[in-house]
Amino acid sequence: MSILVDKSTRLVVQGITGKEGTFHTQQMKAYGTNVVAGVTPGKGGTKHEDVPVFNTVADAVKEAGANASVIYVPPPFAADAIMEATDAGIELIVCITEGIPTVDMIHAFHYVKKRGSRLIGPNCPGVISPGKCKIGIMPGHIHREGSVGVISRSGTLTYEAVDQLTKLGFGQSTCIGIGGDPVVGTLFVDVLEMFEADPETEAVVMIGEIGGGAEEEAAKLVKEKIKKPVVGFIAGQTAPPGRRMGHAGAIIAGGKGTAAEKMKTMAECGIHVVKSPADIGITVKAALGR
Amino acid sequence: MKIHEYQAKELLSKYGVKVPRGKKVDSVKEAREVAESLGLPVVVKAQIHAGGRGKGGGVKLARTLEDAEEVAGKILGMQLVTHQTGPEGKEVKCLLIEEGLNIKQEFYLGIVIDRATSMPVFMASAAGGMDIEEVAAKDPDAIIKEYIDLSVGFQPFQARKIAFALGLPPETISKAVAFMRSLFKAFVELDASLMEINPFLLTQEGELYALDAKVNFDDNALFRHKDYALLRDLNEEEPLEIEASKHDLNYIKLDGTIGCMVNGAGLAMATMDIIKLAGAEPANFLDVGGGASQERVENAFRILLADPKVKAVLINIFGGIVRCDMVASGVVEAARKIGVTIPMVVRLEGTNVEKGKEVLANSGLNFLSADGMKDAAEKVVAASNA
Repeated sequence: MSILVDKSTRLVVQGITGKEGTFHTQQMKAYGTNVVAGVTPGKGGTKHEDVPVFNTVADAVKEAGANASVIYVPPPFAADAIMEATDAGIELIVCITEGIPTVDMIHAFHYVKKRGSRLIGPNCPGVISPGKCKIGIMPGHIHREGSVGVISRSGTLTYEAVDQLTKLGFGQSTCIGIGGDPVVGTLFVDVLEMFEADPETEAVVMIGEIGGGAEEEAAKLVKEKIKKPVVGFIAGQTAPPGRRMGHAGAIIAGGKGTAAEKMKTMAECGIHVVKSPADIGITVKAALGR
Repeated sequence: MKIHEYQAKELLSKYGVKVPRGKKVDSVKEAREVAESLGLPVVVKAQIHAGGRGKGGGVKLARTLEDAEEVAGKILGMQLVTHQTGPEGKEVKCLLIEEGLNIKQEFYLGIVIDRATSMPVFMASAAGGMDIEEVAAKDPDAIIKEYIDLSVGFQPFQARKIAFALGLPPETISKAVAFMRSLFKAFVELDASLMEINPFLLTQEGELYALDAKVNFDDNALFRHKDYALLRDLNEEEPLEIEASKHDLNYIKLDGTIGCMVNGAGLAMATMDIIKLAGAEPANFLDVGGGASQERVENAFRILLADPKVKAVLINIFGGIVRCDMVASGVVEAARKIGVTIPMVVRLEGTNVEKGKEVLANSGLNFLSADGMKDAAEKVVAASNA
């Protein structure tokens, strides 16, 4: 098993005819993802990368049976794309776009929540269940099918962790980039509960970073409800306060959201906290007693 | 993006937020003229992008025109040190001259995005003038909070709740409600990420004013506010960061000796962290972006090497989909073109990693290949100490 995506996922690509949309549609198809439709307003009725293109997500759902969507739409139009997807009844929406204004995201977040879809991102690499389905921009070949779940606010740092796991012989059940923005659809706590309920997942890697309090919330949940071992790393131990470290959400504000604070809470709640990003893989190995 | 107090007040007053009469000046002569036209007393306020200006000696009351001149002369050009500037302080290049008001009571008002609920939250406290972080640490219950549903906006009852909780006199409640609602309207329409009115002032005459104003903008929304470019003050920014922003590179200057060039913000932070664990300090944060193209690497090299403290460079690229031999060729070409002489440790991961290493080894340049982040960090720290 796995969480969120598998062989039954039928994907629609919003923004399929753009440069990013085109390239990653090729990559996702090559990985074996079932891309059933694309959406570009005004290009309905055509085909792109051998995928039927529709004018609206509603058409893609009705005509092609799409149940998940990935968004490669530029920032000014991305919040609208998210709302269109949930309105069409899409269950899982993965938004890759970086740079969406926060006010737009607040509107989209609450719109999606009312309608019950699951939004991953924005500003994230996507979701992959190795060997089954890849939605997003991550390099498929570094992943292996297996039993470690990965949740992260980062992109390339997630690949780094996955690479370490794979090289040590630990495959992954599902890897989820939840995104680096202050307002994101899914938080660590949501995914931790899904991994706890997934019989195939044996351990979880959680990669956080400075800013906000999502890691502390996750730590409390781990203490109360999560039986599976959780290994955690926080990026930005050397980040200066008050500066935005690339991601819109990665900022120590008013002395809050430091790596030290997060690591302390996580350790107190029973998470295996690693100081060095190079030790993520071996700590999973140790936590699983292998 | 940050702006000055005088700019924030100009913007807010357009929304009906009441601010003291005042004007920004760049010279002592102008300071006197403005003081004369406003009437005495006046307050002379240093304009820098940092809080704590009053405690640092950057805000002074002047009761006469001579006073105003003298104080303006002292503050203009001073290196103002506050808890937010660092020990070197910041040079004061302009002032805000404002009418003096009869203070009765000071409060705090602020608006930020609450990440846990994904809603804006309006905060208020009766401890005006005090940092909200300080209040939060000492007595979190003293902070009044109202979460705002953006689909309906900030409701009058919410503003009334805050006004009564602050203990404002009954005759000022409706004015306070209008003030707060104007502030919130500005927050949304200006795409702010933070607004603080500290202090929010009640005068002896029963009027309410934004005595200070801090407004930060959401960087993601700058595309729809082209006019904000005019509000940017390059004096407030690190020259190398300005240069980097021209090339669309995400660079933050730090104090260490190891320059880093990494693709992805999370990996860039993690690279800084592992350099520290290996016993040195990172000289910067730099995200060259996913593809790490030759042009971007070239620009990145230029910026890294312009920092005289940098003794060695660590390049950490997790290519993934990108081919390592292509990245390596780009790095070699860029290093050759720029003429890099200090040691460069390169850690590449992704497709064709072995070919990538060959390209580096055969370049004849000062490259050291590394396997994994730990090896890379140890090698670069050793190279910087050699």
